[in-house]
Amino acid sequence: MLKINDLNIFYGAIHAVRNVSLEIQQGDIVTLIGANGAGKSSVIRSIMGLVKINSGEIIYTPKNGKPVNISNMPVENRVKSGIALSPEGRRILPQLTVEENLKLGAYIRNDVSGILSDIDYVYTLFPRLKERRKQKGSTLSGGEQQMLALGRALMSRPDLLMLDEPSLGLAPILVDEVFEIIREINSQGKTILLVEQNAWAALKIAKRAYVLETGSINISGTGQELLNDPKIRAAYLGG
Amino acid sequence: MTLNIFVQHFVNALSLGSLYGLISIGYTMVYGILRLINFAHGDIFMLGAYFVFFATIVYKLNWILGVIIAIAATTICGLLVDRIAYRPLRQAPRISALISAIGVSFFIENFAVVVFTGMPRPVVQPKILMKPIILPNKVRLIPLGILVPVVAFILVAALLWLLYKTKPGLAMRAISFDIETTRMLGVDVNKIIALAFGLGSALAAVAGILWALRYPRVEPFMGMTPGIKAFIAAVFGGIGSIPGAMIGGIILGFVEIMSVAFFPNLSGYKDAFAFFLLIVILLFKPTGILGSKIEDKI
Ligand SMILES: Nc1ncnc2c1ncn2[C@@H]1O[C@H](COP(=O)(O)OP(=O)(O)O)[C@@H](O)[C@H]1O
Ligand SMILES: [Mg+2]
Repeated sequence: MLKINDLNIFYGAIHAVRNVSLEIQQGDIVTLIGANGAGKSSVIRSIMGLVKINSGEIIYTPKNGKPVNISNMPVENRVKSGIALSPEGRRILPQLTVEENLKLGAYIRNDVSGILSDIDYVYTLFPRLKERRKQKGSTLSGGEQQMLALGRALMSRPDLLMLDEPSLGLAPILVDEVFEIIREINSQGKTILLVEQNAWAALKIAKRAYVLETGSINISGTGQELLNDPKIRAAYLGG
Repeated sequence: MTLNIFVQHFVNALSLGSLYGLISIGYTMVYGILRLINFAHGDIFMLGAYFVFFATIVYKLNWILGVIIAIAATTICGLLVDRIAYRPLRQAPRISALISAIGVSFFIENFAVVVFTGMPRPVVQPKILMKPIILPNKVRLIPLGILVPVVAFILVAALLWLLYKTKPGLAMRAISFDIETTRMLGVDVNKIIALAFGLGSALAAVAGILWALRYPRVEPFMGMTPGIKAFIAAVFGGIGSIPGAMIGGIILGFVEIMSVAFFPNLSGYKDAFAFFLLIVILLFKPTGILGSKIEDKI
């Protein structure tokens, strides 16, 4: 569904992503783990079209479509072809209500009744949001904002859902809940690219995993393989 | 002061204030989204006045048609300014766009001098707008004086409806908080920014047309002082806030008209009041009356 070949990203003189290649199969949860500053967000943001890439290819195969190199595609067209991102830090629009944030997530769609039923679907996933539907985004707790960011990313009905550190800053009990919901969304047919620092939780639900270290991918494998890899255990799983 | 005179001043203040308000909405929308002071906005207002002058007085079209053409032509000019002078600088430091804005303003003013000549030209007012209405107690009102605030309030109501009840309005409010997030949700942000420029320019055109009728003349530099004052009104009302811009404009209109009405000796300082108001608000409430603190983006 998505294949990245030899991706390089520079910010001025900083070489943030170095020759990264990875592949995501339809229906899988794929995780990209790594320390702070490794370049995870840069990779995921380049797939969305939010950072310019310096070289490499991003080949995306939309549902029932042919593979296309989307590296130069405008962001809104990437959204239309089925890619969505729940960004690091959630980025809830603070002055819009919960419901308006969700409606904005459905901006590319015009099927009014479908949008309303998808809002209801998000409310069944996250009943807390329903209680707060008329509240401003800024009044939500961190956990609620994360749920809203996830729900908002679902509103464009993406085929590939990308999540940038959805567990960041959440209480442990909420972390479990968020990962449970990611698994549920995946079981309903969505392909997921999950970027995480919480390597243990991410590897447990991932079909395939890539480890990013200072911009390069040196280790990859199934989630289970990496969970059992002594080097990974030492570096990312606390022994 | 007789009741008649007071009512005259009151209507005058409301008209002038509504005109400042209409202009200041364009400043506040663009600033709210791009954090850019669109210095060319006062000149867009001037173009609106000239376009209606040419359409109705030079080419003798009827007023309704002339007004429609003037609004459309002015809106196109506003869109062109964004497309040519600001959009290529979207990723550049903010100061670049600001310098570009000053350049566009000089360009439009001097272009107007060349094309329209620097001479002020009189505008013939339609009689129907000038025939006084006599109310009880000898109060006289000119229809134009009532038309201006009525038009302004209808347009502001329509704009608020668009912002709060439509999809492009939702995108426009979202963009003013976080352009990048709005973009990643599939909004073509350049279109929405263009919409903001278009709406602001259309409102400035209406203000320019009404201004030309009120004063009644047009000249290439007529946008400078009202432009600056409308910008002050936008800051006063809380930059980024549309109701704030309107309220700021009306307060400014009242301060100007009423201070001269009650203290005729001060009439020489008329234009200074706006700046005095600006200094006071910046000292005591820099976010303006309705403004919220603009948070720095992470
Ligand atoms: N907009 C930017 N400008 C300059 N440097 C950046 C920018 N974004 C990220 N970087 C740098 O690129 C590197 C990778 O960052 P990032 O992709 O955010 O990593 P991660 O998401 O893994 O923490 C870091 O060194 C970071 O400082
Ligand atoms: Mg990151």
